[in-house]
Amino acid sequence: MKLRIRFTKSDVMIFIGHLDMMRYFQKAMRRAEIDIAYSQGFNPHQIMSFALPLGVGVYSDGEYLDIEANSVTSSADMCRRLNEVMVEGVTVKSVKMLPDNAGNAMSMVAAADYIITFRKGHEPEGFSPEQFLEFCSQDSIIVTKQTKKNLREIDLKDYMYKVEVREEGIYLFIGAGSSNNIKPDLIFNEFAKQKGFVLDEFALQIKRLDLYGDLGQEGKHQFVSLESLGDDFHE
Amino acid sequence: MRKQALADEILLKIEKPARYIGNEVNSVQKNLKDISVRFAMCFPDVYEIGMSHLGIQILYDMFNQWEDVWCERVYSPWMDLDKIMRQQNIPLFALESQDAVKEFDFLGITIQYEMCYTNILQVLDLSKISLTAAERTWEDPIVIGGGPCSYNPEPLADFFDLFYMGEGETIYRTLLDLYKEYKEQGKSREEFLRQAGKLPGIYAPSMYQVDYKEDGTIREFRPKYPDMPAVIQKEIVMDLTNTYYPEKPVVPFIKATQDRVVLEIQRGCIRGCRFCQAGMVYRPVRERDVDMLKEKAYKILKNTGHEEISLSSLSSSDYSQLGPLVNFLIDEFKGQGVNVSLPSLRIDAFSLDVMSKVQDVRKSSLTFAPEAGSQRMRDVINKGLTEEIILRGAGLAFEAGWNRVKLYFMLGLPTETEEDIKGIAHLSEKIAERYYEIPKEQRNGKVQIVASSSFFVPKPFTPFQWASMNTKEEFLEKAHIVNDEVKAQLNKKSIKYNYHEADVTVLEGVLARGDRRVARAILRAYEKGCLYDAWSETFRNDLWMEAFQEEGLDIMFYTGRERELDEILPWDFIDVGVSKEFLKREWQRAKEEVVTPNCRMACQGCGAAKFGGGVCFEAKN
Repeated sequence: MKLRIRFTKSDVMIFIGHLDMMRYFQKAMRRAEIDIAYSQGFNPHQIMSFALPLGVGVYSDGEYLDIEANSVTSSADMCRRLNEVMVEGVTVKSVKMLPDNAGNAMSMVAAADYIITFRKGHEPEGFSPEQFLEFCSQDSIIVTKQTKKNLREIDLKDYMYKVEVREEGIYLFIGAGSSNNIKPDLIFNEFAKQKGFVLDEFALQIKRLDLYGDLGQEGKHQFVSLESLGDDFHE
Repeated sequence: MRKQALADEILLKIEKPARYIGNEVNSVQKNLKDISVRFAMCFPDVYEIGMSHLGIQILYDMFNQWEDVWCERVYSPWMDLDKIMRQQNIPLFALESQDAVKEFDFLGITIQYEMCYTNILQVLDLSKISLTAAERTWEDPIVIGGGPCSYNPEPLADFFDLFYMGEGETIYRTLLDLYKEYKEQGKSREEFLRQAGKLPGIYAPSMYQVDYKEDGTIREFRPKYPDMPAVIQKEIVMDLTNTYYPEKPVVPFIKATQDRVVLEIQRGCIRGCRFCQAGMVYRPVRERDVDMLKEKAYKILKNTGHEEISLSSLSSSDYSQLGPLVNFLIDEFKGQGVNVSLPSLRIDAFSLDVMSKVQDVRKSSLTFAPEAGSQRMRDVINKGLTEEIILRGAGLAFEAGWNRVKLYFMLGLPTETEEDIKGIAHLSEKIAERYYEIPKEQRNGKVQIVASSSFFVPKPFTPFQWASMNTKEEFLEKAHIVNDEVKAQLNKKSIKYNYHEADVTVLEGVLARGDRRVARAILRAYEKGCLYDAWSETFRNDLWMEAFQEEGLDIMFYTGRERELDEILPWDFIDVGVSKEFLKREWQRAKEEVVTPNCRMACQGCGAAKFGGGVCFEAKN
């Protein structure tokens, strides 16, 4: 059975990197006595995959990992058991069962949304949210992006699906995942460049809100939260 | 929101911020209003090393079981953070509360190896605690040392208020109660230290005076006051089954050196290798009950979620219940994806059988520790491993499919000759030849032998405590002899030879058998910038040499000199159970190349029987 677990990351846990979070959850599965499936072979490992690595220093309300389980109880029970063995700063929000033919979280990710604020003491001088909206309203924003293999020119606008100024900060709904991953930093650095702001390396305080899959067809987007692709289950 | 001693900007800039944030699974939070003693427990090396140390885990658990005590952890900040803390004047903090170490009542430092001594000064310095004990006031925590290096505490005597000799489970409660009492009564720090120094196992160095002869050796070591004990006897737990053992050890976020459940199956060692300090100072051998270990294994695996479990002891093959325990671990946990790892097993039919169950034979290697290349040399050091046993073990292993062998040796042992040195190459060759005795079709490719040698450092409380140590040049010359001899072997392509660094070994030798005067050089080396001396990338031998020279201390006095049997050694005031008479006897037998039987074969009357238990009384039960 495929299960999808949604969790949040806050407090000092933002300083724990992706690989260590994987190790953390492997041990948490054992502490919570989740009946997770193991691979075959001499050194079996848990069948577990994460949706999208979160950078060190970034907060999140919507992190996901998928696991293969041999047996389950109920969504509520498994959620409770996991939370009993979590540390401060990581909370399991839901455990959902995926249809057998569901793609794994990593391959599904198409977009993510974020709230961005400036870390205290690092607000760029003279910044106003309106300037940012103005920057985003351009027809195209061409930047060079470093990919694994080379430098590539992309138009950020192709991947910026929604931008809002909210009370908590600036809201971005942008492309994510293996093929069109846009990090909020990329947008803000281009913004700073164009508008002549100085953004130091610690200026952005980023919180990821959720990750989305794209069920749309023929070039039309239909974004849905990864969480909604699974269902609650009962004993 | 948890308190965070370091700002985001710092945590985002340094390597592995997880070293400094605390918050790990099973780390202990308490409410300060219930606490009367705050204890900061420090391992003076980087987090991943310190977190792997079982002793601290045991004491952390013990202290935190006491309602009035809160024990927290402290490690050496790595070089990157060290620099930032100095620049920005940030005081060193404990992980759990993130509060400054200076606010604590005690700072306990475990001293596991000599090359951490400058890190001890770093921890004090960054904590803003006076480096020298004489300058401290009640504003500073009581700085107490423990662990194997405190069996010669003298080079560190200036920096510590107290040392705890022996196993921590026994006397801490009494010490903390005394502290509370003296603090409540408004007594002076000196009054407290003096009273603490009368407790069993506690040494208060400031209460003792050392005088030296003109030749630099000790004339007299004596208490300054008649009511202070002249001899400090080590503390020891006699019942290892009904005592503290953590069921919820702290689980680091980052991979520590020991990322697994560790079951300590026994303390002490019956073998009596003459170079081995642990084998002497942890006597007598005491075993933990196998049922207790089985129960702990369940609980600790459940509470940590670790995917590996390992046994810990000086010589696991000598544990009387090893078979039942290992088979239990494999049967119970192997099916649940838990690896069972088995260190320090003698290679024989039993160990090969269990190893083939827990590891992939084709991918793993076998380890032998002959320690010396020739039989003569092995007799001198009392390593009861013969060539015949090694070749038989290797043969069994090769036939079972193993083809990789690691061999550990020492160079610079007392009475060593060129033949002994070359013996390292010869033994490696014989093992390679043994591999090619098995029929070609049964072989698993080529054999790979990795022979490594470290350089011998004479340690206090061993029969070699009087021995002279080689110079750096002698060490390197010996390593080159081995290297050349390996190249002259038929199977030279199958044998790889490595040797340890020589200059750091010489320094270890000075610190291991140093006296109180050596403290000056340690302080000066630290002031010159020496830190993380156990790490080859940060070790600065040149600065250390300058420090000794500027302090007018002769390294050869501490390393090159064979001590007279009647010389007062800096650590003579400590009673570890093993008597000086026994050590002298063993030193003589070493020179005569006579092997001494182990504790189970025949008691040698070493003196450890005075503790009233363990292997000394096994036959009588």
